[in-house]
Amino acid sequence: MSDFMMFSLVPLVVAVIIGMTCALLGNFLVLRRQSLIGDAISHVALPGIVVSFILTGMLASTAMMLGAGVSALVTVAMIELIRRLGRVETSAAMGVTFTSLFALGVLLLEWHDATGVHLDVEHALYGNLESLIWFEGTGLAALFDPTALAGLPRQLPRVALVGVLVVAFVAVFRRHLVLGSFDPDFAASVRARPALVDLLLVSLVAVAAIAAFEAVGSIIVIAMFICPAAAARLMTDRLATQIAWSQGFAVLASVLGYVLAGYGPGWFGFDASLSAAGTIATLSGLILLAACVAGPRRHPAAA
Amino acid sequence: MMETWWLALTFRLGYNTSLVTVGTMLLGAGAGMIGTFVLLRKRSLISDAVSHATLPGLALAFIIVGLIQGDGRWLPALLAGAALSAAFGLWAVQVISERTRLGEDAAIGAVLSTFFAFGVVLITVIQSMSVAGQAGLTGYLVGATAGMLAAEAQLIALCALGVLLAIVVMRRDFLLVCFDADFARTQGVATGRVDLAMLMLLMVVVVIGLKVTGLILIVALTIIPPVTARFWTDRPMRMVALAALLGALAGYLGVTLSSVTEGLPTGPLIVLAAFALFFVSMLFSSQRGVLAALLAYQRFRRRVHLRQGLLALARDEPIFDNLTLKILRRQGYLRRDGVPTLPGRAAARDAEHEERLWALYREREPEDALQQEHSGLTPIAEVLSPDAIMALEAELPPTAEVRG
Repeated sequence: MSDFMMFSLVPLVVAVIIGMTCALLGNFLVLRRQSLIGDAISHVALPGIVVSFILTGMLASTAMMLGAGVSALVTVAMIELIRRLGRVETSAAMGVTFTSLFALGVLLLEWHDATGVHLDVEHALYGNLESLIWFEGTGLAALFDPTALAGLPRQLPRVALVGVLVVAFVAVFRRHLVLGSFDPDFAASVRARPALVDLLLVSLVAVAAIAAFEAVGSIIVIAMFICPAAAARLMTDRLATQIAWSQGFAVLASVLGYVLAGYGPGWFGFDASLSAAGTIATLSGLILLAACVAGPRRHPAAA
Repeated sequence: MMETWWLALTFRLGYNTSLVTVGTMLLGAGAGMIGTFVLLRKRSLISDAVSHATLPGLALAFIIVGLIQGDGRWLPALLAGAALSAAFGLWAVQVISERTRLGEDAAIGAVLSTFFAFGVVLITVIQSMSVAGQAGLTGYLVGATAGMLAAEAQLIALCALGVLLAIVVMRRDFLLVCFDADFARTQGVATGRVDLAMLMLLMVVVVIGLKVTGLILIVALTIIPPVTARFWTDRPMRMVALAALLGALAGYLGVTLSSVTEGLPTGPLIVLAAFALFFVSMLFSSQRGVLAALLAYQRFRRRVHLRQGLLALARDEPIFDNLTLKILRRQGYLRRDGVPTLPGRAAARDAEHEERLWALYREREPEDALQQEHSGLTPIAEVLSPDAIMALEAELPPTAEVRG
């Protein structure tokens, strides 16, 4: 039991919170056919973090968050600029932007490799969920012990905060979000400010991606933005039900994925563990696969 | 440092470096060409899904080869594995976007993240195995041309050459499908098969690019050069050729730059070189560039101001706009004290006459006038035949007053 508290409780909770947060936003991304903006933004978190490290000289988390946030805004601005000034199609503009920024991040990273930074490309992609150890979590009692709680890995309160922020955003702006997702022109006509809500949505996607980035790596973020929401989309025609499904899928993938990664190999007699983030993302993909095969609302609407 | 770069640029930095440079240039050319067709088909980001989907195949091939011979690094098998799983990923994107209600964007995102995540899981499996050459595997993420074997470079160069030839052979069909798939079908072109061939060639480019730029950045080589080429031409075949050239140039610059110092990663340098070319093109292209657009806007503005100023002179109206005054003065139509000069009066009369002709033409032939491009600036002689203008002039009511 104390093993579980120490090694597994925090990663599990973090994974579930991130999964639910990303899946919640993902519902709107999938509906708006903007799924790939999550992809683009999670790629550019890397250059943001590297630049902020080079500027401040340390891996302070506030500076890193700020750097990644700025880079997300730069990305959105760059995509828009290239799209408008160069008259380039959106997806191509996105491709130009995020690959270039990611390349810049990798280059800067390798450049500063000699100084011994604890940051590398693989870490950024895979994340390191397993490293979130709660040393004070020796038993159930620790849950009520203030000094033990103070020793919680700082990623936990951070992702919790981001989760609350995202839920609050969706709750406050739900009408605007829904209107803008289905009919931007109508939304503009009733002053639902679709452009502003769009920008807010993208910013929150960035915030969620960055908070998750440090804890679980960027690849799981992309999977969680898209897979649960896409699977839920195949289950129902009602938005509220769809969101509920997506949350359920996210929790299922997170818990099952974490358990499988940690204990799965042991069941087959191997003394090793798999990447938790990778397994969670793979499972979310399998859930989507199942929905594609058997989801009640999987067929395209008859035009 | 500059000297080393110069040596690399002129292919004098050893056989291996030269071979890698040539291979990368061929790869860049192939990626640019196939990328152009994919861009015209508006499916640019599909290469993102393809490239990420290579990872599980790569890792599985590594495991299998590693179990057989103890060292997993055998390029042909790795590339074959990567190609297989990429093909599977492509198929998944296709099926999801066609058979379900999800859009292609969601299909691409789901496939790329799931496949990549599964690849990561397999890599953690590899890490727990005792197979040699594990460090080589991470090189496929961001690319590593340093220490590439001659045989590997030859394989890449050969494949790239094959892709180039295949694209040259199939270019007409590709183009037809990109611009008008329905028309292509009536011409007896099997559009489905052409689409498939296009995606297969894209896949081959991505797979052989893995070793050079890494799987995250190969996407850039299939997107940036075609977008750059689009700035310089409106003709599709020229765009393909230009994209090939730009891709090769980006590869050339990137590879040679990375050989300057130890440890400079090749992939990012190639991508940044491509981006630099893109940026310069976006600013300075003669047709669609930002600078050209600004200049055209300025020219148009001056013409409008000149025309309005002349009309005001002809009608004896006061002019208050500073830009108008400045332009009229610079043309010598207006004196410093605001009195029109003789050429100014003549030009003003012409402008007024022109305006009256246009007005009459629009009144008499409203349908025809709508067809003509007229922003108030086009000389009517460029639009109508001399006979038509004569007829219009005969109908003009005589100007009653004689202006002095």
